[in-house]
Amino acid sequence: MTREPQRYWNPYAAGVALGLVLLSAFALVGRGIGVSGAAAAVVATGVDAVAPAHARGNAYFGAYLGDGSRSPLGDWIVVEVAGVLLGGLVSAGLAGRFRPGVERGPRAGVRTRLAYAFAGGAIMGFGTRLARGCTSGLALTGGALLSVGAWVFMLALFTAGYAMAPLVRRQWT
Amino acid sequence: MSALAENLWLALGIGAAFGFVLERAGLGSAVKLAGQFYLRDLTVFKVMFTAIVTALVGLAALDAAGLVDRAAIALPDTFLIPQLVGGLVFGIGFIVGGYCPGTGCVGMASGRGDGVAVVLGMLAGVLVFGELYPALATFYTLTPLGPATLPEVLPLPGPTAGLAVVALAAAGFATAEWWERRRTFRSDAGIIHMDNPRTP
Repeated sequence: MTREPQRYWNPYAAGVALGLVLLSAFALVGRGIGVSGAAAAVVATGVDAVAPAHARGNAYFGAYLGDGSRSPLGDWIVVEVAGVLLGGLVSAGLAGRFRPGVERGPRAGVRTRLAYAFAGGAIMGFGTRLARGCTSGLALTGGALLSVGAWVFMLALFTAGYAMAPLVRRQWT
Repeated sequence: MSALAENLWLALGIGAAFGFVLERAGLGSAVKLAGQFYLRDLTVFKVMFTAIVTALVGLAALDAAGLVDRAAIALPDTFLIPQLVGGLVFGIGFIVGGYCPGTGCVGMASGRGDGVAVVLGMLAGVLVFGELYPALATFYTLTPLGPATLPEVLPLPGPTAGLAVVALAAAGFATAEWWERRRTFRSDAGIIHMDNPRTP
């Protein structure tokens, strides 16, 4: 467990590899790669388990649940995201980078960092649903397909990220 | 094996390759991802735009060779205003949380508690959106443009939009390399080193 982790790949080589993964999804399945759609399928399933009438009465969750004949957990994107978790685990393990812990700045506390992470995740999750996608399903996939909405989303997300960054610096210091 | 099951094995394989590459690039580390927004580490930009250019050029080549029909590939629908606002909200969440959804999953898979927190937060944010959907539905469907592409809406002939993306990416890479070289000998006091995250 104490061995030195391997170096990361060269970013351009990693980018070519990522582009080829996306290209194979285009060529083999006729779609790109996404993540946030899987979160919507999981949440719709959870709401359906707790309050079925409420879930089916909600137009947003109802669209994921369909007629109830099959679970949204069997959707392509949910299985794909299970693959993302698996691939990330395998890569981190093989590279000696699987390390339980919380990444943060040297003076930031664990609880502070986890609070920022949860809050940021919630804001981001809301944003993905408003935009109909995230950095992978909309920005990367749509970016390569020259989708107008994807490029608008990408410019907006980087603009807001840079504007917000100075205000949340304490978790990294 | 049924076509559906085959398709789901493909989903698992493509997802695994995606997660593997993100982790190899270092994008399972929130410190490295956040570095993009503090201009300390431009890996996010380099990986993302190299991937976009690779897929864009690769798809054009496969389409020209008659190996792939690009008309058969699902193109995202554009809803201009909700995607603009969604992008702003997303960008705020990204830098507050330190991960985007895919990289958060990879962070979680690498054992990082902050990755778990981002993923749980994301599920909470999606739940809030769904519960508020009746009130948001009008805004959500504003300014629909359908599956619009840049070559269709910009006054650019033929492959100019795609070539412009490639040229902008190349200029961006040159600028990023210049910037990082310029920074190499400067002090990075205050921020932990990206290759040695503090994980007690």
